[in-house]
Amino acid sequence: MLNEIIKNILRYIVLVGVQVLIIKNIELGRFINPFIYVLFIIGLPFETPKWVLLFSGFIIGITIDMFYDTAGMHAAACVFIAYLRPGILKLFSPRDGYEFGTQPTIQYLGVPWFLSYSAILILLHHLVLFYIEIFRFSEFFSTFFRVIISTISTLVLIVISQYLFNRKKDQE
Amino acid sequence: MRNLITFIWKNYFFFLFLLMEVLCVYLIVQNNYFQKASFINSSNAMSAKVLKTSADVEEYFFLKNENEKLARENAELRSRSMISFSMLVDDQYLVNDTAYRQKYNYTSCKVVNNSTNRRNNYLTLDKGSKQGVKNNMAVITSTGIVGQVKDVSENFCTVMSVLNSKTTISSKIKKDGSYGPLTWDGADFRYATLHDIPTHVRLVKGDTIVTSAYSLTFPEDIMIGTVKSFERKSGDYFYTVEVKLSTEFKKLSHVYIVTNILKQEQEELEKKSEIDSKD
Repeated sequence: MLNEIIKNILRYIVLVGVQVLIIKNIELGRFINPFIYVLFIIGLPFETPKWVLLFSGFIIGITIDMFYDTAGMHAAACVFIAYLRPGILKLFSPRDGYEFGTQPTIQYLGVPWFLSYSAILILLHHLVLFYIEIFRFSEFFSTFFRVIISTISTLVLIVISQYLFNRKKDQE
Repeated sequence: MRNLITFIWKNYFFFLFLLMEVLCVYLIVQNNYFQKASFINSSNAMSAKVLKTSADVEEYFFLKNENEKLARENAELRSRSMISFSMLVDDQYLVNDTAYRQKYNYTSCKVVNNSTNRRNNYLTLDKGSKQGVKNNMAVITSTGIVGQVKDVSENFCTVMSVLNSKTTISSKIKKDGSYGPLTWDGADFRYATLHDIPTHVRLVKGDTIVTSAYSLTFPEDIMIGTVKSFERKSGDYFYTVEVKLSTEFKKLSHVYIVTNILKQEQEELEKKSEIDSKD
């Protein structure tokens, strides 16, 4: 349990660092804004209590807000997907529920499961985030295009990171 | 009452969610409508320090470019100083009198954080209230305008750049002085849009756009950019002009904060006459 908490705090620091120090400085044009830090919420263990889920979403969102000067926009999006996560997990659950001790990663539950689960969460996060940022309907379609492109780029980055850092659990 | 409490307790997940979202919305709204220093922005100590270290490292990669720019500016300033002027008429003398007084003051700053690819872009600079920076001061660089100071902390300040949906800059066409508001439509960080230019103005591609004298923040005649194209929508009495910005927002590293020394006086006077006219 304690082990799990320390591991997730480390994940938090690494993901915020990667997002703020590296990805923020890579500018791939106006439409591509990947937010890989969403992986923190996606990858929290299945047994996480619901209120911890909300609070960790809020904290990582506020941290990102501090660096992006957006005051609450990322936090709002993160709390939103943290709230929807239990429902989406239930929607995609295998016939006899999730095994105890497994984690929401490609290695435990396979590529199709992980892709659909994380794609939905990322899409919802980006939808909320970009529309709060714009806050008007006049740029509806260009924002929608931006959401789609950014979702794809975030998803690609998250899948790559899964293969890079979680490999050793295969042999366990 | 007890029923209510059990109801909330049963659905605590939903109510906690609601509470947090309300808090977020409060933060967003407060940040947007009141232009005061809020805690959650990149001028607070922790994030500013991280960003500053990152910018310090990054700066080394642009030293050569920056040197060239400084040398160019030095040369320009030297050419403007009195040494490089020769007296045209022998019987006139320079008298140091009180006919001139200083109106603007410049502070050099380093850019600690910058972005160009979002809809609302901000910069963070390494000067703050300790160095006399205040809300709404103008920020320029040697090649053109950058933006306006938004929030100020002790040693840092954030700047709402021209590339922001909330920025409007009063600008004019240099050759004949017709003026209009300049905004950014979010499409490309190299181009901005100038509105409300009357159709009798003979615009030519490449005309210079500068800041107008009507702004309290920006000094007059600071370079903004050049005309790239212009069009008149049917039924409109004005041109909409696409302006190529002269500032390279991707390459900013040193900028100047401009202090308007006479701003307070002008504001007070204008406020007074506004109140008078209401009576």
